[in-house]
Amino acid sequence: MAAGILSKEPFNLIVAGVGGQGNVLLSAFIGLALVREGFMVSVADTFGVSQRGGSVTSHIKISQKTSYSSVTLRGKADVILGMEPVETLRALGEFGNPQVVAIVNPRPVHPSGGISYPDLDEVKQAIGRLSARATFVNATEEALKMGDPIYTNIILLGALMGAEVLPMEVRAMLPVLQERFPQGIFDVNLKAFNRGIELIKGA
Amino acid sequence: MAGIATDNPGAVVLLVGNEAVARGAIEAGIGVAAAYPGSPTSEILPTIAGVAGERDIHVEWSANEKVATEVAAAASLAGIRSLAVMKQNGLNIAADFIVNLNMTGSGEGGMVIFVADDPGGMTSSNEQDSRMVAKWIDNPLLEAENAQEAKEMLKWAYELSEKLKLPVFLRGVTRLCYTRGNVTLGELPPRSRKKAYFPAIWDMYNPTKSKFTAGPSPVAHRDLHEKLEVARGVFEESPFNHYSGPDNPELLIIASGVCTSYSAEALKVLNIEERVGLLKLGTVWPLPEKLVAKWLSSTGKVLFVEETDPFIEQSVMELAADRLPEMGGIVFYGKRSGHLAPCNEQSTDLVMAALTDILGLPPQFRDSDYQKSAEEAMKLVPNRPINMCAGCPHRATFWAVKNAIALDGRKGFVCGDIGCYSMSFAAPGFYQARTMHAMGSGTGLANGFGNMQRFGFDQPVLAVSGDSTFYHAVLPALVSGVYNKANFTLLILDNSATAMTGFQPHPGTGLLATGEMAPVVDMEGLCRAVGAEVRVCDPFVLGEATRTIVEMMQNESGPRVIIMRHMCQLLKAKRKISDKYRVQVDRERCLGDSCGCDRLCTRIFGCPGLMWDSGAKKAAIDEALCVGCGLCSDICPAGAIKKEEVN
Repeated sequence: MAAGILSKEPFNLIVAGVGGQGNVLLSAFIGLALVREGFMVSVADTFGVSQRGGSVTSHIKISQKTSYSSVTLRGKADVILGMEPVETLRALGEFGNPQVVAIVNPRPVHPSGGISYPDLDEVKQAIGRLSARATFVNATEEALKMGDPIYTNIILLGALMGAEVLPMEVRAMLPVLQERFPQGIFDVNLKAFNRGIELIKGA
Repeated sequence: MAGIATDNPGAVVLLVGNEAVARGAIEAGIGVAAAYPGSPTSEILPTIAGVAGERDIHVEWSANEKVATEVAAAASLAGIRSLAVMKQNGLNIAADFIVNLNMTGSGEGGMVIFVADDPGGMTSSNEQDSRMVAKWIDNPLLEAENAQEAKEMLKWAYELSEKLKLPVFLRGVTRLCYTRGNVTLGELPPRSRKKAYFPAIWDMYNPTKSKFTAGPSPVAHRDLHEKLEVARGVFEESPFNHYSGPDNPELLIIASGVCTSYSAEALKVLNIEERVGLLKLGTVWPLPEKLVAKWLSSTGKVLFVEETDPFIEQSVMELAADRLPEMGGIVFYGKRSGHLAPCNEQSTDLVMAALTDILGLPPQFRDSDYQKSAEEAMKLVPNRPINMCAGCPHRATFWAVKNAIALDGRKGFVCGDIGCYSMSFAAPGFYQARTMHAMGSGTGLANGFGNMQRFGFDQPVLAVSGDSTFYHAVLPALVSGVYNKANFTLLILDNSATAMTGFQPHPGTGLLATGEMAPVVDMEGLCRAVGAEVRVCDPFVLGEATRTIVEMMQNESGPRVIIMRHMCQLLKAKRKISDKYRVQVDRERCLGDSCGCDRLCTRIFGCPGLMWDSGAKKAAIDEALCVGCGLCSDICPAGAIKKEEVN
């Protein structure tokens, strides 16, 4: 999408993941960058009662002119950034439509209590069926290569920005990263961000 | 957030509702802010604390919401603007004071109580509607729609409070507190403010003068009602009430708070803005009756959209009954008619469904082929039950409790309480907690269970409490238990933080809300001083912890206290304290389904760091989640989980 112009009003981005994966931070970064680009933004996180381990969905509604209510309407997502495959599918089930674009980290987070995880290939196929375009980005795997799974969300942020599905250029995110990460950890996070961009360009 | 005290009026920033409330308080020039952590409001006080030095504000985590409200009231009485913050549960704790504060009035400094409810119970054990509380204790109440409005309303509320000499409620909900939106910054006041002074006047014959003891009730109560009438008059003209739509709408929506946005969006999506009017009420109690009556007489149908109880609905119906002769009959839709539910959150989708039904609009469906494949795909999606974190010390504690109760063999049980460990009523705590109500209620119930021997009651009674909860509401119950020789064992799960709400410090941590050093209120010494026997354990030393619990359960006397001390795993991560083990599953030793343990580690113990490798049919460690506490190696019956010390 061209920077500064919305293809649709409002434009709905959903970040779907599991508590502890860092999607609240991720969606705040995206919101911050969009506000600086002059958009009206609403960012809402939907979660269960658990601290960790439950589904967490962040809804980012982007508008050129007005502030909308917080949560996405059923079937009205434009882009889904999936931090976890099953959670991506859960979000598609509620907010998906034939035009939705999905960017997905294929690394499963297993539910606790002995509940078994479905066959990953089947999940990926279903994600493909329920989206106009689904791109899988091995963010956790790359983060582990970098030495810490904590970088997963910043790699995914890079992938999202690199996919050029939001109404802003990649560089709009850089000042946000610079402000939010202290000097000592900025470089490694920038590396993670750039890795995400490379991954989506190469996908 | 950095820059919350930025002196740049007119700048547009992205703030989450709680930050906007904090910014509003700073723009209003408050001198005192006090609270007890309670989600969804927990981030307001820390945000103010972040600029406390810079803005010269006294910020404190009080031991509970009643003390916080009293601290804020004292500031008001001494002429300083103040803010008290709490969630709906906390308002109940504070209400006993507020109902009496209203009788005397607050002081020259405006006082605002920000209270947030939790429709949907996302971070709560109930869905209490605090607007009902405002009504029964005679307090004016405002309700904000979004972050920007919360900031503006807060400032306006101080002026109202100073005019009425009453604390004013600003009510939010989870969706307001935790939604980020564009906020335009206002001006910051000068730092200097007048000297605090308490004009301790008491004149029972002249109730209009300042007096700060709850005096002859009927007189003070009458005066309070007069103040509410003044508030109603102010509300009739308030800029926070607004109508949009045609002059004579086919249907009028009356909405408040976040429900206003849901309603506006529903009208836009359904393209019926020319047919349906929307009256948004920002001043909810007392009801601005003239304004409402004016719009009631413009239509024959009204739909109420609000969270959670039918509060405005009932107030307006009362008004309509009063004015029936002049206004005639109106058909009301809302919670009474069943078009919206008096529980859970509302949403744009729900409002659209109600409108579709009332106006007979064509229902909107998703593409039917897509809907079919979506439903099919959902069959793949498993539940994701709540859990404690990987390496959580509560998991260790409840494992010890479960085994201790089994070893004791007398059908002992745990009275639960409020915190992360509330999850012990479910799988993460092995279903050990059999009660769970309010802050401190576990120990209170244990007092009762612990004094029923005369009725043949012979089960051992355990209660659990978090460290912050202990100071908040457990202490009186423990004192009462010692005094009345109640027979129970209290486990204080001391993880060095108010973890569930985001690691706020408390009287036992040695830190203030501002991060400065504070005296430590010694939990162990306190329990000993009131006369309880006290032991301290590390729950990760499982065998010793289990033995201690058994011993204390069997030591039948007054209350015994075991402090289960181990720092919250997330706090450790924040402070860069890493656990000491590398944990791996020995694939040779793990017998999988043929072990007979029935997947004890993944199915029962359930640490998120463990997973079942369905290909190999053996347990595995998820290296992205495991923190290296090593506890699972102590519970594997085959000794297949190996921990290896790393530095």
